[in-house]
Amino acid sequence: MASFSHSELMCTVAARELKDGEVVFVGIGLPNLACNLARHTHAPNLVLIYESGAVGAVPERLPVSIGDPALVTGSLMVCSMADVFQCILQNGLIEVGFLGGAQVDRWGNINTTVIGPYERPKVRLPGSGGAAEIAIHAQRVVIISRLDRRAFPEQVDFITSPGHRARGGTRRELGMPGAGPIKVITDKGILEADPESGELVLTAVYPGVSVDEVRSSVGWPLKARDALGCVEAPDATALHLLRDVLDPHQLYLKG
Amino acid sequence: MHSKVLSMRDAIARFVHDGDTVVIEGFTHLICFAAAHEIIRQGRRDLTLCRLTPDLIYDQMIAAGCARKLVFSWAGNPGAGSLHAFRRAVEGKSEAPLEIEEYSHFGMVARFCAGSAKLPFWPMRDYMGTDLPVANPRIRTVTCPYTGERLATVPALNPDVTIVHAQRADASGDAQIWGLLGVQKEAAFASEHVIVVVEELVDEAVIRADPNRTLIPGMIVDAVVVEPWGAHPSYAQGFYDRDNDFYVAWENVSRDPAKLQAYLEEYVHGVSGRQEYLARHPGLVERLRADEQVCAGVNYGY
Repeated sequence: MASFSHSELMCTVAARELKDGEVVFVGIGLPNLACNLARHTHAPNLVLIYESGAVGAVPERLPVSIGDPALVTGSLMVCSMADVFQCILQNGLIEVGFLGGAQVDRWGNINTTVIGPYERPKVRLPGSGGAAEIAIHAQRVVIISRLDRRAFPEQVDFITSPGHRARGGTRRELGMPGAGPIKVITDKGILEADPESGELVLTAVYPGVSVDEVRSSVGWPLKARDALGCVEAPDATALHLLRDVLDPHQLYLKG
Repeated sequence: MHSKVLSMRDAIARFVHDGDTVVIEGFTHLICFAAAHEIIRQGRRDLTLCRLTPDLIYDQMIAAGCARKLVFSWAGNPGAGSLHAFRRAVEGKSEAPLEIEEYSHFGMVARFCAGSAKLPFWPMRDYMGTDLPVANPRIRTVTCPYTGERLATVPALNPDVTIVHAQRADASGDAQIWGLLGVQKEAAFASEHVIVVVEELVDEAVIRADPNRTLIPGMIVDAVVVEPWGAHPSYAQGFYDRDNDFYVAWENVSRDPAKLQAYLEEYVHGVSGRQEYLARHPGLVERLRADEQVCAGVNYGY
């Protein structure tokens, strides 16, 4: 088996979440790479939508930002951001939304706003961007985040993007159209939202990772499914595409 | 036809005043750094700066002391790191305090939609379950009079002046943009005054030959400034690429207040305008000039 990095594995696992022909709202960072990997392998008809207004983007170089000019060249449509958020996202057309975050909690709530109190933050993070509305409207959300105790507290400092139980209510009670974060892809294994409670539970670990290792990286008593799935390693094609074609300058794959 | 063409110096002097609410829009694409630099050079103070992504442009204006308040939805340096002048101000690590008013992207877009339609607010299905309405009490709710559904609302944003960079316009300000369109149209229509900055000044006949490409009509434009490469280190589709190296390098510049001030001294205060700025970046034009990928026109006949 070829050796691979955590980022390469996360990317490959994330790409497998996408079915050919789906409409996906692409965020910055690893999701960007994962979506383009999927497009180059099993999902050539994936419709990539970027919040900058590019619809059906086919970037010939890995976009450094979600507003890269390569997203425009050859795309199906370029629309205004009012159209992206109203005619596409709020209209329910996004099937998958990919999100990352500085903190993810037990219920899949994401914080990208502040560490510490809002008024006088210890660390000021970028904020929502389009993440709040993606978490609310996308038919399903996949989160990509490295696992460690600081990043996975029992409760996030600030709910930027709501998960399954936020501010005292369930998604249904709060009137959110989308199903929310159904899966969290980390560098040690995969967490999924329990269909009943919405709580994140461990459903698969990567080769060579123990359940205890995952548990010690999470800030709440993490439940694990009885029969844990195993995750296939990236194959040679995926590794070649990631390293030599999609991200040769290690823009997203570093670390 | 009355020409609205002004120099950048005159346009900023005439339409941007201390205490104004100022929007320089452009989502990654067509961010008019040339206008921001002129505002810094003219020493404007107490501005309320609004943008979805403050980007390097407002990080520079915050560091230069132009801003009293920032209204925004995503304050990062995409793919490269943080906006450190912004962070120092918000984390209480710099002398000058900065008031903030924060939304999501959809919220900011909706504020401009309301402003452009001259409505007091805009309804949206958003913010339930988030802490944003707690952080920003201007995000409220309304009950739909038809369905009874509770919807989120954001207040209209009507800036004193909006500055938009475009690929081309005629002397009346009829401005054509292609590539990413962002929220410039709504921001311009919402604004009391509009300055259009262009890569290229063209005859009215060029605009009339392709009216579907006009994003901003001259009737809402106060001034036209011709400033090639005025968006660098942002980009102009079909003219020049985004200077990603500059964005990456900004991480180390903005992290150190002394380096940031030295940058402003050399590239903003130390030059009279864009031409001198470009002269201080040898090789830039060759490195970033766009390749050709020209689309065929369409038949507008009937």
